[in-house]
Amino acid sequence: MTDLSHLRADFPIFSRTVNGQPLRFLDSAASSQKPVQVLEAMETFVRTSYANVHRGAYTLSLEATEAYEAARHAAARFINASTDTEIVLVRGATTALNTIAGGWGRRNLRPGDLIVLTEIEHHANLVPWQMVAAQTGAQLAHVRMLANYTLDLDHLDTLLERSPRLVAVTGMSNVLGTLPPLRIIGERARAAGALVVVDGAQLVPHFPVDVADLPIDALAFSAHKMLGPTGIGVLWARMELLENVDPVEGGGEMISDVTLDSATWAAIPHRFEAGTPPIVEAVGLRRAVEYLEKVGMKAVAEHDMALTAYLLDRFRELPDVTVYGPSDLTQRGGVVSFTLADVHPHDLATILDQHGVAVRAGHHCAKPLHRRLGVPATARASFSVYNDTDDIDVLIEALDEARRLFGL
Amino acid sequence: MGLEDLYREVILDHYRSPRNRKPVALPTAVADGTNPLCGDEVHVEVRFEGDALTAVSVTGQGCSISQSSASMMSEAVKNKSQAEIRDLTRRFKAMMDVESNGGAGLDPGRPGAALGDIEALQGVRRFPVRIKCALLPWTTLEQALDGQADSAV
Repeated sequence: MTDLSHLRADFPIFSRTVNGQPLRFLDSAASSQKPVQVLEAMETFVRTSYANVHRGAYTLSLEATEAYEAARHAAARFINASTDTEIVLVRGATTALNTIAGGWGRRNLRPGDLIVLTEIEHHANLVPWQMVAAQTGAQLAHVRMLANYTLDLDHLDTLLERSPRLVAVTGMSNVLGTLPPLRIIGERARAAGALVVVDGAQLVPHFPVDVADLPIDALAFSAHKMLGPTGIGVLWARMELLENVDPVEGGGEMISDVTLDSATWAAIPHRFEAGTPPIVEAVGLRRAVEYLEKVGMKAVAEHDMALTAYLLDRFRELPDVTVYGPSDLTQRGGVVSFTLADVHPHDLATILDQHGVAVRAGHHCAKPLHRRLGVPATARASFSVYNDTDDIDVLIEALDEARRLFGL
Repeated sequence: MGLEDLYREVILDHYRSPRNRKPVALPTAVADGTNPLCGDEVHVEVRFEGDALTAVSVTGQGCSISQSSASMMSEAVKNKSQAEIRDLTRRFKAMMDVESNGGAGLDPGRPGAALGDIEALQGVRRFPVRIKCALLPWTTLEQALDGQADSAV
């Protein structure tokens, strides 16, 4: 396994205990912990250079603007965007998807137009499209999931015959860990004349992503799942698409000129960044990107996959554990949802918490997928750079307590 | 760790063999409760004849705490008057410390105070994040009673 054990010391949270036990944080798919480098970068910026951006002609404002735009540049470099102007800094992946769904959809969709989604999406890549469909009369169709927890690409082909305007798909399922084949999906969707939008909230923090090399048109991700702060995320979209998107928010900083009755918009990307942006958080995003670049996203991915393989191997020894997700490691990432016999995942999470193990329990903001799986809830373990096999061993051992308490 | 207090045998018994799940014929009030954060669901049906609750059904899905609380509640409220059920609910909330009673839990001196099996849920108090699970069936029943009161006018 790629040895990243030296990184754990960068994360102050691991100096604490939880319920008297060392913290075993296995919920990075919900939000990751933050290294001291990110915290210090944000604090130093506030202490030495803080002011609003793109406003004042004074030194601090210029420094703040440079810091903010440097975050845009770092985000562009991280996903190999061809230009910084294709990077819109937003509140998070949810806002990024709402910007495309609302800003592109309301401007371009007509009654009867088709949007193709999938059954395995997070609510953030379902509800915005439902909203714009209701507003425009567009229709939604969803690519089915196969029994092996991957997408049914034959069904995608059938839906593409109906010439959808847009296909929106997750880069990595936040429940199943499934990695949809973006290259295949993107090529086929484009051949059918559709735009391709990717919810990268789980993919971008854990795998190298090169948008110049992918047949996709937009990508959404959040800083807080990739060692950065909450409150900031990225919408990347090709310039031709961004030119066809209306701003969903009006206000300061997004305008070119304003009269009492009308306004013209600022250039892209600023027209999509109304109001004072998350400036301090942008500094944190940049530092998180630099941190991950130093580790290397290839190493991050290898580390995640080694832990995933180890956990799946341990689970395979346990007949009372059911895993929901592909067993083929080439088709999945480091998110493992599971149940233990008839122990409800909330009960399991409470029991594991007493052992210092933090896992998510519930529907993980993917209720349609859970209905499809036939379970109301699952427990979920997910990884980041600070996890190791000890975390998994403690999780496995703690399952024994759940068995004992539930008389299994 | 307190887990022993949380997962008592009687709780697991009600979780695995929930009582009163058959739909109520001609219910006089129904209510649905959900916890959107965790996905727990409770559906309550009651039939009052005069002031007495003569039939009750509580169905749903969720964790052992919400579902055992629902099952035990259904046993406790049968053949009770509206006022008695309201009182029971108040005392259950007091036991969960959501209404201030100085952390005293149940007041055994009060008439009809014995909550029976339901007292097994006292262990939930040590797990604040789970109190809402235990309360869900009771707040849903309150909604049904409110609807009942409306329709009775």
